[in-house]
Amino acid sequence: MILIVVEHANGKVSKSTWEIVTASRELAHQKGGDTSITALVLGGGEGSNIAPIAAEIARATDQVLVADLPALAQYDPELWSAAVAQIATEGEASVILIGASRSGREYSPRVAIKLDAPLLEDVISLKASSDTLTAQRYTYLARVTETIEATSPIAVVTIKPGIYTPATPRTESAEQFDVDLNLPTPRLKVTGKNIERSSRVGLTEADIVVSGGRGVGSAEGFTQYVEALADHLGAAVGATRAIVDAGWRPYAEQVGQTGKTVQPKTYIAIGISGAVQHLSGMNKSKTIVAINRDAEAPIFKIADYGIVGDVSQLVPAILTELKK
Amino acid sequence: MRILTYLRQVLDAEESVRITNQAVALENSKLVMDTMDEYGVEEALRLRESGVETEIIAIAVGPARTQDALRTALAMGADRAIHVETDLRLDPIALSKVLAQIATQEEATLIFSGGQQADWDSHALAAATAERLQWPQATWTSALTLSGTTLTGKHDADEGSESFTLELPAVVTTQQGLNEPRYPTLPNIMKSKKKELRKESLDQFNVTPKLKFLAAEIQVKSRLNKILDGKDAPAAAAQLVDLLRNEARVIA
Ligand SMILES: Cc1cc2nc3c(=O)[nH]c(=O)nc-3n(C[C@H](O)[C@H](O)[C@H](O)COP(=O)(O)OP(=O)(O)OC[C@H]3O[C@@H](n4cnc5c(N)ncnc54)[C@H](O)[C@@H]3O)c2cc1C
Repeated sequence: MILIVVEHANGKVSKSTWEIVTASRELAHQKGGDTSITALVLGGGEGSNIAPIAAEIARATDQVLVADLPALAQYDPELWSAAVAQIATEGEASVILIGASRSGREYSPRVAIKLDAPLLEDVISLKASSDTLTAQRYTYLARVTETIEATSPIAVVTIKPGIYTPATPRTESAEQFDVDLNLPTPRLKVTGKNIERSSRVGLTEADIVVSGGRGVGSAEGFTQYVEALADHLGAAVGATRAIVDAGWRPYAEQVGQTGKTVQPKTYIAIGISGAVQHLSGMNKSKTIVAINRDAEAPIFKIADYGIVGDVSQLVPAILTELKK
Repeated sequence: MRILTYLRQVLDAEESVRITNQAVALENSKLVMDTMDEYGVEEALRLRESGVETEIIAIAVGPARTQDALRTALAMGADRAIHVETDLRLDPIALSKVLAQIATQEEATLIFSGGQQADWDSHALAAATAERLQWPQATWTSALTLSGTTLTGKHDADEGSESFTLELPAVVTTQQGLNEPRYPTLPNIMKSKKKELRKESLDQFNVTPKLKFLAAEIQVKSRLNKILDGKDAPAAAAQLVDLLRNEARVIA
C-alpha cells in the first residue's frame, strides 16, 4: 500500500496533494498491479470541514482514511507524525508520501524514525524497482541534482511542490473509513498566530510570479511597481529576504533558501540582485525576466529576458505597454 | 545546563559548485561553517550572556577538515567541541542517531541546528534527533528567550509565523533573522586554541544508513539571456512586452 497524507486548506484539497496523487499513481504502476493507494485525511475540531475534503480525495485514490478528531484541530509535528506512523504500520504501507511543505518537512523525519525507515526528502522524481526506491532531489542551494536510493522495504518520501502535474479526479469514489488514533499531547504551545494570507493567487501555485527586491526603493515602491504589475498579470507577488527583513513585505512572500521555493512558468524579478540564497528559491522557473539597473547583477546570468535600467521608469512603461 | 550546537562545514555561498566522479568536489574550495548553524552558536552564546548558566558544546560530524568549523565555533565562544570524524556521507536520519547519543551522553537539554543545510538542502536532522530523544522541537525560530526551563519564541510556519512556549529539553532550529553572529576576535581565536576539541570515531555509534548517494550533476538550464538596454524606457518596455507575448508566449 502507498499512503498519501492529504494537505488541505479552507475545506479544499491542496494542489500539492493532487501532485502527490500523480506521483503515487506512477509508483503504483511501477510497483505492479495490486499496489493500492490510500489517502489519509487529518483534521477536526470546531468549525472544521473534513467531509468535503475526504469526498474530494476519494475520487483519486483506492481508499480514504479519515481521522476527524478534535485533537487534530491544529497541526503539530508530534501529533501528525504519530498519526501517520500509526496508520502506516497498521496498513503495512511500503511508501508514505507527504508534501514537502514546511510542516511536511518538519514532521516527516519523525515518521521515518518511528518506522525505522529512510527519508527521501523534497524529491522531484521517484522510481520504484522490486526492492529499491530511487529519487532525485536538489542540493547545494538547488544548484545540484542528486540521485539517491533507499534500500528498505518501507520509505518515507516528501514531494517537492510544483514538480508533478496535478492528477485529475475520477467520477467514481473510493470507500471512506473513519479511524481512531492514539495521539500524544502536543508540547509546543502556540500562543499566537500571525497568519499572512494575501488576496492574490498563492505564491507556490501561480503561473506568474512578480518579485521585488531592494531596487524597488521602498514599501511604497513595491506597491507601485511590483503589486501593480502582478495585479495586471494576475500574478502572485514575491519578495527578497532583504526587503522582508526591512519590513516592507510579509515573510509569507519571501522567495529563497529561507522562504518559499517557486517554479512558475514566468518569474519576473524587479530590483533583485540575484544572491544564491534567492536564486535557490526560483532558479527552476521556466522563463525568468529581470529588471535591474546594474548590468553586472547576477540575476541577469539566469534571465531569459531582461532590461538594464531603472525600475521607476521601466515598470510604468511596461504597464503602459501592456494596457495598450 | 548544557547546550549542544550542531554545525556543518559547507561550501562558501560565493563559491561555484564543481562535480567530479558523480559527487560535489570540495577540494580547493573555500569552506565555512554553515551560516544557518552559525545562528545556533550565536544564540547559545547570547543565552549565556543573558544570564543562563550553561556550558556550550559545538559538535560536528565529518572528515578531518571539519575541525576548522569547530575551531570557529570555539573562537566565537563555545566552551568545547566534539568531532565525530568520518569520511562517510551520512544522511540526516543516520546522522541523528549520532547526535542523539551524544546529547544523552553529555546530558544536554537544548540542541541548536540550522533550519536548512546549505549542502544537503535538508530540514530533517533536528526533527529526527528530537524524535530519537523523544523531545519536542521548534523549527525556523526567529526569536528566542529562556527563563528557567521554559523557552519562549517566535517561529515560521506554513503560513506566517507563530509565537510559542516550549519546555526543555528541546531541539530548536535557527535561521537568518534570529541574531547577527559575531566574528571571532583575535584574542578569542588565541584563547580557543587551548579549548578542548575531542575526537570520536563513528564506529561506537552503530550507524547503518539506509540511503545511498548514487550521482550528482549540475543541470544548468540554458537561458536566452536577451538583455535589453533600458535607456529609452518606452522603447525597451515595448520590445520586452513584444518578446514576452510573441516569442516566449507567457503573457496575453
Ligand atoms: C543563511 C541565509 C539565508 C538567506 N535566505 C534568503 C532567502 O530566502 N531569500 C532571499 O531573497 N535572500 C536570502 N538571503 C539574503 C541574500 O543573501 C541577499 O542578501 C538578498 O537576496 C538580497 O536582496 P535584494 O536583491 O533585494 O537586495 P540587493 O542585493 O541589495 O539588490 C538590490 C538590487 O537592486 C538593484 N537596484 C537598486 N536600485 C535600482 C533601481 N532604481 N532600478 C533598478 N535596479 C535597482 C541593484 O542594482 C541591486 O542589484 C539569505 C542570506 C543568508 C546568509
